[in-house]
Amino acid sequence: MKNFLRLLFLLTLFIGSSFNSYAAEKVEYLKTDWSFKGLFGKFDRGALQRGYQVYTEVCSSCHSMKYLSYRNLAEKGGPEFTEAQAKAIAASFEVKDGPNADGDMFTRPGKLSDKFVMPYENVKAAQAANGGAYPPDMSVLVKARGGGVDYIYSLLQGYEDPPVGVNLDDGVYYNKYMYGNKIKMANQLSDGLVEYADGTSATVEQMSKDVTTFLMWAAEPHLESRHRMGFKAIVYLIILTILVYFSMKRIWSRIETKV
Amino acid sequence: MSEHEYIPKSKVGKWFNDRLPLLTLANHLTDYPTPKNLNYWWTFGGILTFCLITQIVTGLVLAMHYIAHADMAFDSVEHIMRDVNYGWLIRYIHANGASMFFLAVYIHIFRSLFYGSYKSPREIIWIIGIIIYLLMMAAAFMGYVLPWGQMSFWGATVITNLFSAIPLVGEGIVTWLWGGYSVDNPTLTRFFTLHYLIPFLILGLVVLHIWALHVPGNNNPVGIDIKKPSKDTVPFHPYIVIKDGFALLMFMIVFAFFVFYTPNILGHADNYIEADPLVTPAHIVPEWYLLPFYAILRSVPDKLLGVVAMLSAILILAALPWLDTSKIRSAVFRPLYRQFYWILVADVLILGYVGAMPAEGLYLLVARVATAYYFLHFLVVLPILGFKEKTLPVPLSITEPVLGGSPNLAMAKNKESLTNK
Repeated sequence: MKNFLRLLFLLTLFIGSSFNSYAAEKVEYLKTDWSFKGLFGKFDRGALQRGYQVYTEVCSSCHSMKYLSYRNLAEKGGPEFTEAQAKAIAASFEVKDGPNADGDMFTRPGKLSDKFVMPYENVKAAQAANGGAYPPDMSVLVKARGGGVDYIYSLLQGYEDPPVGVNLDDGVYYNKYMYGNKIKMANQLSDGLVEYADGTSATVEQMSKDVTTFLMWAAEPHLESRHRMGFKAIVYLIILTILVYFSMKRIWSRIETKV
Repeated sequence: MSEHEYIPKSKVGKWFNDRLPLLTLANHLTDYPTPKNLNYWWTFGGILTFCLITQIVTGLVLAMHYIAHADMAFDSVEHIMRDVNYGWLIRYIHANGASMFFLAVYIHIFRSLFYGSYKSPREIIWIIGIIIYLLMMAAAFMGYVLPWGQMSFWGATVITNLFSAIPLVGEGIVTWLWGGYSVDNPTLTRFFTLHYLIPFLILGLVVLHIWALHVPGNNNPVGIDIKKPSKDTVPFHPYIVIKDGFALLMFMIVFAFFVFYTPNILGHADNYIEADPLVTPAHIVPEWYLLPFYAILRSVPDKLLGVVAMLSAILILAALPWLDTSKIRSAVFRPLYRQFYWILVADVLILGYVGAMPAEGLYLLVARVATAYYFLHFLVVLPILGFKEKTLPVPLSITEPVLGGSPNLAMAKNKESLTNK
């Protein structure tokens, strides 16, 4: 029994570690406290709302978020804007709709059910406007990068002058956290770039943290209910396991064999 | 099959049972005499059945929402994650369930290796098991392709391209598998169809696996033939049912931890990037459970021979009952085999590790040595060991473990798990 647990534990560790360890050239990412990590991790509502502001005012001019709808902004576990606020946000965007009865396409103010408006018509248009690089869709970006939130958070603050001997082409920038250190996105954040409605001071660090939190939510909109349900499920399983253990002992006590 | 004639008590039951003996079967399954000294390594059969059912049930629900089309597959998975009620839960159970399934099957296989469960008269059980394992790998591989992420696409490209190593007809076979000249929509739809089919084939084979098991009955940690039913056995219900249930619950706690707290740790980040035939990922790696075989494949410089080596590594297991020449089943009484067994376990873990690393330098060297040792173990060590090894005295029955009170350290150490009498 003891051996069994020990081996199960070792195997779990092995599987976990064999995957963590293979990002060959590891850089130390910047660390910060994420409120959504851990057994009871939850999003910081304020950070999500501020993060949304950074996304719309800065990122969204190039990066789409095609899997999100404006209604998501008012849903539980997210930024939790009021429905009125979410409606107002949606209405501030022009959405292409149609064809109407005359067969023409038309634009109208956005509704809650609309997906986030895309900055470009298509991938080609996005590439043409960005020197050939396609600004990736941000819906699941956090999950699509090895370092996850720490990587995105670091990348946003990782712009530096290139070391001596590194020559950069036009439209290529040096970032110490980027894979290969060359990135086609220029440094976007500077202190005071946005004016937060809640009065938080908009430092680069603060904006990076807020927008990364927002991206985490965008990639895992059900994270909070997952954590809540997980805790309940595991507590339930542990209690049931203990009860079954004693039933088992009881049943096996009928014969002279240890279980 | 049945040790005593079973007669239902009620009239209706008797009428039904005379026409279709389902009640006899149920009676056989509950009364089935099981060795009473089975340890917790034996609970993984039940755990695996649970894994299979879980994959089938969650898979059915996912298939109701998933769209098998190259342009829509990725979107439909995101739709499941965001808008389907508890879709995230079902998908994470299914995705992590595959890993849990393999974790359990590897423990199950290595238990069999330790206690010699593959030996006469259980060869057919073993071979059916190997076929199930092969089908599991096929199902898991095709399932990983379905979300149509980068790793899906490029994993499918790499693995299907292995067939091109076959002389003369190789290229033709690859085109036939793809349904075109590259991995594309026809590949996705056929993989989806097969991914849906294979679990039911596995289910059928599991029935045969259990049927074949119920003919000779379970092996046990002592590895001796026992009389059934006797003082050495307990009825399957309630003794084994409750024990399997207890072990299953512990397994489910680990499972739940992955699903709820680290649902993506076993996957690859690149699979959250939609498939792009024009962009190749920096490293193409299979899922962790295929890594040892991936390492074997890459350790051979020649493509065709690499594929042959990889396939042989699996198929060699089917010949195991005849490669192992020892008459003694359990490693408890085989001091030398026990050492080689743990070396093999380490060897496979090392292969898994280097399989995740780039195939160059030291990693490649280690992979080659480990691959050579893997085959050495089965082709040289096992056949010779059967003749050379001095085994320890084997008890006559489970209830009287030590024959003639001979001083037996291994027995003393394992006494707890065997019996307390």
